[in-house]
Amino acid sequence: MQFDSLSSLIAMGGYGFYVWLSFGVSFLVMGLLVIAAKAERRNLLKTISKNQQRQVRIQKARQNGQSAQE
Amino acid sequence: MFKWLHPYAKTQAAYSLSQRLTPWFAGICVLLLVPGTLWGLLFTPADYQQGDSFRIIYIHVPAAMLSMSTYVAMAVAALVGIVWQWRTAFMAMIAMAPVGAVMTFIALFTGAAWGKPMWGAWWVWDARLTSELILLFLYCGVIALYSAFDDKQQAGKAAGIMALVGVVNIPVIHFSVQWWNTLHQGATITKFDKPSIATEMLWPLLMNIAGMMMFIAALTCMRLNNEILRREQHRPWVSALLHDRRENQNAV
Amino acid sequence: MSQLIKGVLQRDLAIAFNQKGELAQPLLFLLIVVTLFPIAVGPAPETLQRIGPGVIWVAAILTALLGMERLFKQDYLDGSLEQLLLSGVPVFQIVALKSVVHWLVCFLPLLILSPLLALFLHLSMPMYLALFLSLLLGTPLLSLVGAIAMGLTVGVQKGALLPLLLMVPVFIPLLIFATSAVESAALHLSYAPQLAIIGAMLLCALALAPFATAYALKVSQH
Repeated sequence: MQFDSLSSLIAMGGYGFYVWLSFGVSFLVMGLLVIAAKAERRNLLKTISKNQQRQVRIQKARQNGQSAQE
Repeated sequence: MFKWLHPYAKTQAAYSLSQRLTPWFAGICVLLLVPGTLWGLLFTPADYQQGDSFRIIYIHVPAAMLSMSTYVAMAVAALVGIVWQWRTAFMAMIAMAPVGAVMTFIALFTGAAWGKPMWGAWWVWDARLTSELILLFLYCGVIALYSAFDDKQQAGKAAGIMALVGVVNIPVIHFSVQWWNTLHQGATITKFDKPSIATEMLWPLLMNIAGMMMFIAALTCMRLNNEILRREQHRPWVSALLHDRRENQNAV
Repeated sequence: MSQLIKGVLQRDLAIAFNQKGELAQPLLFLLIVVTLFPIAVGPAPETLQRIGPGVIWVAAILTALLGMERLFKQDYLDGSLEQLLLSGVPVFQIVALKSVVHWLVCFLPLLILSPLLALFLHLSMPMYLALFLSLLLGTPLLSLVGAIAMGLTVGVQKGALLPLLLMVPVFIPLLIFATSAVESAALHLSYAPQLAIIGAMLLCALALAPFATAYALKVSQH
């Protein structure tokens, strides 16, 4: 361990602001990328399966209509 | 030679492959990136010249290196797509673009935050910073071109050409900017000689480079799968996939 | 075959010279941009000489972007581009011809105007000579590479700035070498290396760009 106390870790020998800023922003952006990809996937799955269920319903309604006509 | 690759031109095969690979990439990424960063931040000795500010290297160098390689990977995917007419290759290319752009942004941002204490300015027209900035423009161009077309098939091809033009240009940009910079080098910027890095500093750096690589790979797989799902949503295999998923959820 | 090529050349030139107002517009734009700089930074000859080559080159690139629209857009809109693509002439030949016409219409007047610009910005004779040579070698490169970007975006309705975003990374090396050639000339150094590099870039573009543009047009024609 290079740092003997938490405050010296945060201070980073006077460069704390720059070091923590760059690490913070980098991991934040990377995290956002992951979250965006996951959210996109969730949304896609949701809309696709909604569309499919709708298709199924439409088909069923059509079949019912046909049998009613007969 | 590339026979093993051909089955993955089918979107379904590509989907299931990247679905299988994603957890591995993500897992290895966490396993490398977390200890690598902690090691770099907490345990490596401070640089005798730059003090603790050199620790930014552990995020800056991986991002800068991989921003370039991601662009080359994108261009390779574009070439594969154009030569063999693979839609999947274009999808992979466009899946990589934002990830690479984010890497470039990280490299630029951390470069600025490192430059401020070292050079006394957030931005200097240093050769590497400048070529990284141009690389960001290239990424933005590819992404903007892709999103400008409504027909994504067309968009992939157009963005692919752009990526290829860019990759021909990258070495030219690199050397021209280097040359330009040495011509215009002001006296205020003292260039650090690149000292051979000590091994205790090198190991966490290598870990972070590998970890970042895995991060890019995992993200690319995730985004590729999103792209495949979006474009292929009317295919039977996607319906079957979703059907299975629904049943699994119901069973749980 | 060559009949058709001749026809295309004649037609494009005729169209360009019919619209005299549009022909003059980029030149006026160039003149205005170059005039604005002395007003902005002050009329001291040393300053102007220092920034002059850069100003002229940046203005030339902006002018190029302004006139680039003409390359394919009109032909695309009235459908004649599609006819040309279907005519059986290799597409890269048509593209190369169109680039030549663009250079003749857009950059040749610029070259003719360049002594005046050099006079405005107090460039010395060797500097002007270097500038002229760099423009002579560099502007065809702008036409050729610009054609790729225009070909890619010809079918796109939105995003007028898209070609700019696509082309600027390609133009940066050219800008670097061209301005450094003029700077070397100002110091009475040899600027042959810079010109040689620009020439090499031009030859590369000449060999590759028409094919890239042809493919781009094919893609965006769907």
